[in-house]
Amino acid sequence: MIATQVPNSAYLILAAILFSIGVGAFLIKRNLITIFMSIELMLNAVNLTFVTFAHMWHQVSGQIFVFFVMVVAAAEAAVGLAIIIAIFRTRQTLNVDQIDLMKS
Amino acid sequence: MQLALFIIFGALAVLGALNLLFQRHPINSALSLVVVMISLAVLYWSLGAEFLAAAQVIVYSGAIMVFFVFVIMLLNAGEEERTHGSRAAYIVGIPGAGAIFSLLAFVFLSESHALGSSSIGGYLNHVTSNISEISTVLFTKLLLPFEVTSVLILVAILGAVVLARKEQ
Repeated sequence: MIATQVPNSAYLILAAILFSIGVGAFLIKRNLITIFMSIELMLNAVNLTFVTFAHMWHQVSGQIFVFFVMVVAAAEAAVGLAIIIAIFRTRQTLNVDQIDLMKS
Repeated sequence: MQLALFIIFGALAVLGALNLLFQRHPINSALSLVVVMISLAVLYWSLGAEFLAAAQVIVYSGAIMVFFVFVIMLLNAGEEERTHGSRAAYIVGIPGAGAIFSLLAFVFLSESHALGSSSIGGYLNHVTSNISEISTVLFTKLLLPFEVTSVLILVAILGAVVLARKEQ
């Protein structure tokens, strides 16, 4: 039997990689919808951390926290995409560089 | 088994996230995010969170990402163009993200021994099923927050309808 255990730090580092890619995508991308998707990627990375720690401590509270994060993410996606639709209807663009109403 | 699952689906998640970063068209980014979320569902399952694995597939890759794809198609979002406004993001953002990753990886690797390792399946204390444990806590200790989330979702639905409505 080969020892096939995975160190918990590997899961946490995977979550850190996904979170960093999410931060990078949030800063680099110029499309409003893609920026919103990178926020979802960061939320998912943090959820993986919660599940790993819940597994590590043999407790279920971390998993319940992830459940609530999912609910809030669903609500946030609904409102955020509605705002994006409203912005597109008035400005006819999704480029964040051209959405600068509060700048001037 | 656990190691093979972790390597395959961890690599798939990282590749999907990188594809999200490098694709220019939003629909490609959305579909690669679906890959990331389904890989994460498999990883949740391997960490003994069966309920969350199912919820991840249903809520995230089922509901939220379909909503994203729907909005991308509705708005007919084309390829994004690179502009000069993003130069500051390149200069500050890439080293910033790298610094965040380096800090987290340093902490996790230096505490690697204390964090221990995991093999497949849930090892919750004194329970047989992950779902029964979650529902017991959710419907007894956390009943009020659970009910408040239904109000939150109702408000979100109303807000989405009001915001996306065409103004007369």
